Amino acid sequence: MSEWLENHLPKVVLAPSFIAVLIFVYGFIGWTAWVSLTRSKLLPKYEIKGFIQYERLFDSPRWDTAINNLYIFGALFIVIAMVLGLLLAILLDQKIRVEGAIRTIYLYPMALSMIVTGTAWKWILNPGLGIESMVQGWGFPNFEFDWLVNPDYAIYTIVIAAIWQSSGFVMALFLAGLRSVDGEIIKAAQVDGIPTWRIYTAIIIPSMAPIFLSAFIVLAHLAIKSFDLVIALTGGGPGYATDLPATYMYAMAFSRGDIGQAASSAMIMMLVVFAIVVPYLYSELRAKND
Amino acid sequence: MTDLSMPQTQPRTQSATGKIALRWLLYVLLGLFALYYLMPLFVMLTTSLKSLEEIRTGSLISLPREVSFDAWKTAWSGACTGIQCEGLRPYFWNSVLIAVPAVFLSTLLGALNGYVVAQWRFKGANIIFSLMLFGCFIPFQVVLLPMARLLGMMGIAGTIPGLIFVHVIYGLGFTTLFFRNYYVTIPSELTKAARVDGAGFMRIFWSIFLPLSLPIIVVTVIWQFTQIWNDFLFGVSFSQAGTQPVTVALNNIVNSTTGVKEYNVDMAAAIIAGLPTLLVYVVAGKYFIRGLTAGSVKG
Repeated sequence: MSEWLENHLPKVVLAPSFIAVLIFVYGFIGWTAWVSLTRSKLLPKYEIKGFIQYERLFDSPRWDTAINNLYIFGALFIVIAMVLGLLLAILLDQKIRVEGAIRTIYLYPMALSMIVTGTAWKWILNPGLGIESMVQGWGFPNFEFDWLVNPDYAIYTIVIAAIWQSSGFVMALFLAGLRSVDGEIIKAAQVDGIPTWRIYTAIIIPSMAPIFLSAFIVLAHLAIKSFDLVIALTGGGPGYATDLPATYMYAMAFSRGDIGQAASSAMIMMLVVFAIVVPYLYSELRAKND
Repeated sequence: MTDLSMPQTQPRTQSATGKIALRWLLYVLLGLFALYYLMPLFVMLTTSLKSLEEIRTGSLISLPREVSFDAWKTAWSGACTGIQCEGLRPYFWNSVLIAVPAVFLSTLLGALNGYVVAQWRFKGANIIFSLMLFGCFIPFQVVLLPMARLLGMMGIAGTIPGLIFVHVIYGLGFTTLFFRNYYVTIPSELTKAARVDGAGFMRIFWSIFLPLSLPIIVVTVIWQFTQIWNDFLFGVSFSQAGTQPVTVALNNIVNSTTGVKEYNVDMAAAIIAGLPTLLVYVVAGKYFIRGLTAGSVKG
């Protein structure tokens, strides 16, 4: 018996975690998928009725807003964070004397909770006492900056706060990438008299393609899951102008008592995440096993 | 290492003043960006030290004329999170009570799992690891509803043990990944030699692997602590009045609609809620970054 145990101990140790993941990840995804095909309202029902929840979802103006917001937020957030992160990384890569301190400053927002970030920016962006009133006080009485309470622009405040939070992280990724470029090639290019900007655009940046991909995956993943920041900054409002899929799902699950809608919106979120992450992880794992 | 600022050879004569000006421009740009990142923290701090009167009449970025810690006192022990007005204090301790056991358990399990996956490969171990890894990336919305029901059936809905359970389960993927990637770099000959000498599975783990693991333990503990402390989704979904973590309480304080809006209290509360992770970052930033890059990138 004890010999059997010793021989199988690795499996015995791994088993509880694996079973937990099977149940709480894959089993639960299955449950949600199942319920998304039923007429569940306040309580889950298990009789399959087809895709009515998805039809309801795509007919819902609120979900429509949430998806549009995800496009706007996701595109701006990813592009600006990448451009800013790359710029900062290049600036920091010029033998800066206090690089460590500057890096620390650029990256600290990443340690904060999105709720803290949202609270801070909610105060800074509030029209009555924040930036708007500050600039007005500088002698521009007609200055207006009411994005936070303006349904057409509120989504951009989420972009602003999210970029503040995450761009330093992108910088750290790119900086690591810049540092891993083969120094010999760069020296050779310098000897040949190739200008610095050309060295960046023609040699260094193209060689960092995998890092661009990683940064994209991480940021896209962050964008799709964005929830806390919206709750803290705008609460999804004004109205539901800044709803994202995650806040829509939460509202349906916990305040509207519409489990069918909650499940179907969660499934859509998961499909979007998987469409982005699975090919990436698959190629990474395969590259490792080869 | 790239060395672009000072080329070894100078094929064309560049004017020295032009170079110095460029250097200055570089530092000015870096300084401006530093201001951009520091500004919200600065505004939070100064606002938290001002009186409400001064907030209403003064400017966003002005320093407080009179420094007052009243807002901090209120935020800690008097601010209202709805009907209760006990400040952040009880919720801060809730977060500690959730984070400490959850970090410990998920790190320990991650170490054991990583050790198995990296050093005791058996048929199917890779598939098991891949399945666990994919679990890291699911949007948690997809498990919220069944988890809420399960916690209810287990009788731990809305309790701190319930939240610990949830954080351990959904932290396993990452902690396993961290330890697995670390243990893979340790030559398997070490394990083999120890087995020849008669050491068993646990003995090898305790006497050989664990003592080697300090760096990755630090990375994992920091990663898990930051994740769990900053969590909002699980906290708001699976807690009830009295067991909420600090992030949920902060959000309730800021968005409570009763009474006068006390911006200084909001800011003090936000700083208090952010302080533990900020402190970890300042003290152990190197490990924090290592976790971030390893956790979010490597497969």
